Amino acid sequence: MNTKKNNIIFIGLLVLLAVCFVLNISLGSVKVPLEDIFNSLSGGQASKNSWQVIIWNYRLPKAITAILVGMGLSISGLLMQTLFRNPLAGPDVLGLSSGASLGVAFVILGSAFMPSFLSQFFLSSYGMVLSSIIGSSLVLLAVLVVSQKLRDTMAILIVGLMFGSFASAIIGVLSYFSSAEELQKFTFWALGSLGNQSWTNIFILATTTFIGLVLSAICIKPLNALLLGERYATSLGINYRKTRLLLIIATSILAGSITAFAGPIAFIGLAVPHIAKMIFQTSSHYILFWGTLLLGAITLLISDTVSQMPGSDFTLPINAITSIIGAPIVVYLLVRKRKFMI
Amino acid sequence: MENKIILSAKNLSTGYSSKRGKNIIGSEINLEFKSGNLVALIGANGIGKSTLLRTLTGIQKPISGEVILNQKNINSYSPKELAQELSMVLTENLPPSNLTVFELVALGRQPYTNWIGKLTSEDISIINDALSMTQSSDLATKKHFEISDGQLQKALITRALAQDTPLIVLDEPTTHLDLLHKVSLLKLLKKLASETNKCVLFSTHDLDLALQLSDQIIVMNSEKTVMDFPENLIKNGTLDSLFKDEAIYFDKEKAKFILKND
Repeated sequence: MNTKKNNIIFIGLLVLLAVCFVLNISLGSVKVPLEDIFNSLSGGQASKNSWQVIIWNYRLPKAITAILVGMGLSISGLLMQTLFRNPLAGPDVLGLSSGASLGVAFVILGSAFMPSFLSQFFLSSYGMVLSSIIGSSLVLLAVLVVSQKLRDTMAILIVGLMFGSFASAIIGVLSYFSSAEELQKFTFWALGSLGNQSWTNIFILATTTFIGLVLSAICIKPLNALLLGERYATSLGINYRKTRLLLIIATSILAGSITAFAGPIAFIGLAVPHIAKMIFQTSSHYILFWGTLLLGAITLLISDTVSQMPGSDFTLPINAITSIIGAPIVVYLLVRKRKFMI
Repeated sequence: MENKIILSAKNLSTGYSSKRGKNIIGSEINLEFKSGNLVALIGANGIGKSTLLRTLTGIQKPISGEVILNQKNINSYSPKELAQELSMVLTENLPPSNLTVFELVALGRQPYTNWIGKLTSEDISIINDALSMTQSSDLATKKHFEISDGQLQKALITRALAQDTPLIVLDEPTTHLDLLHKVSLLKLLKKLASETNKCVLFSTHDLDLALQLSDQIIVMNSEKTVMDFPENLIKNGTLDSLFKDEAIYFDKEKAKFILKND
């Protein structure tokens, strides 16, 4: 009964994803006819050479980045919400994004103080990813150490927020001492952007996202047990420490690498799992995992399409769009259900 | 049916050890739990019931002595092995979620399922058997937050039943229930113990009901911990020592605790 309904929803979401993907590629400051997009994507040539370049060097990489970022951030939000038994948890609320920002800030703003061979490495895409992952893991570890002392989940969120403010403050201090050029580089990164990624960057991002998603998939069974709380999960034979470690590693890899490439993108990790829970009306992670994955990709493709302001020459920062879309959804869910579900 | 020993405690001391020293809560505890028995654990608040239950279920290590589960020290089990020997019903509230009663009960099969947790047809028939045994089949499609406290408690017991372990431990399962539901819950536990030949251990503050329905009772007071049949405990006056207060005494004739009128 329910499986049939869920299958229909899944097929609907897959179709929606395909539509959003094509729409995302076809819309932008330059209008490219659908026919040419299909031609170009299926290995042929678009009727204008410039369209071919726009599609392959600009729009397709951006659409793929949007899908990877959407999937990764949403899944890491889902993992955090179940692990912390708190519906408001997410990579940004728990300070993960700030941690990643801090890592990147150290690299960009502190590169002047490093020996040149080190700064060259750290300013490469690999170095940025690495420092961003280290930054987000450090914050998550700190949150976890504190959360062991505090049983209250609300307190854990407050600690996450505090780490976030702390990281922002350090970034403030760092930017005070850095050159205008470094500062500009960091500010652009912090506004968040899905575009301008080289295929090498996309390959790195796809690899880290894939690793993070596989680690998350391994945790589907223990995540279901965690719906009953830590003690019940342990009594069901779940190795809680191991599971928690896996979840932390998965979340840090996902949130860390995504933040490194696309900047700190807000609200996706918090809002998308709730949209999935509202649509599927379940807590089972077998369904939520795939639902969140698809909805994450769709939401970010739509946000990116909106941020391009089709037909105009402007591009809004992606971070603004996700917050404008995300915040009302969270409020709407809260008002409608009166109660948040994990 | 043969009643074999499932769990035993030998010279057990429970408590907490820290850098500053040991805080012993209960000592010289010797217990034997046999299959097919319903055993109640009673004692005043703060006497160490929870600590004893935590030690008996392997969550906490004993200060000295050992807990033997199926001829093996309980602390030497891996979490998954232990989950196939021992299931629990806890007092804590479930976190908010959309779990249905069926999904809740199905989680009891986790120690037996594969890495992704896929239910086989055998698992599903065990779940359905457990649901019909506790007469909760009609609740299966309901969300766990939509049902009453009594029904939820029954669903949690069904989950423990689906876990299919020789020992079920329940931490104060009768709190928050009215008298009628308390009685029906304890009767259900009694039925489970005798029909499935499991050992069922529960802690409770409902002394009168525990005395009437349990096969054996563990009485904890500040001096010692005694395990015996209810009729022996009534006869030899152990129950009098339960509360250190002049205002309550145990009436042997009525087998009841009575408030003393000044």
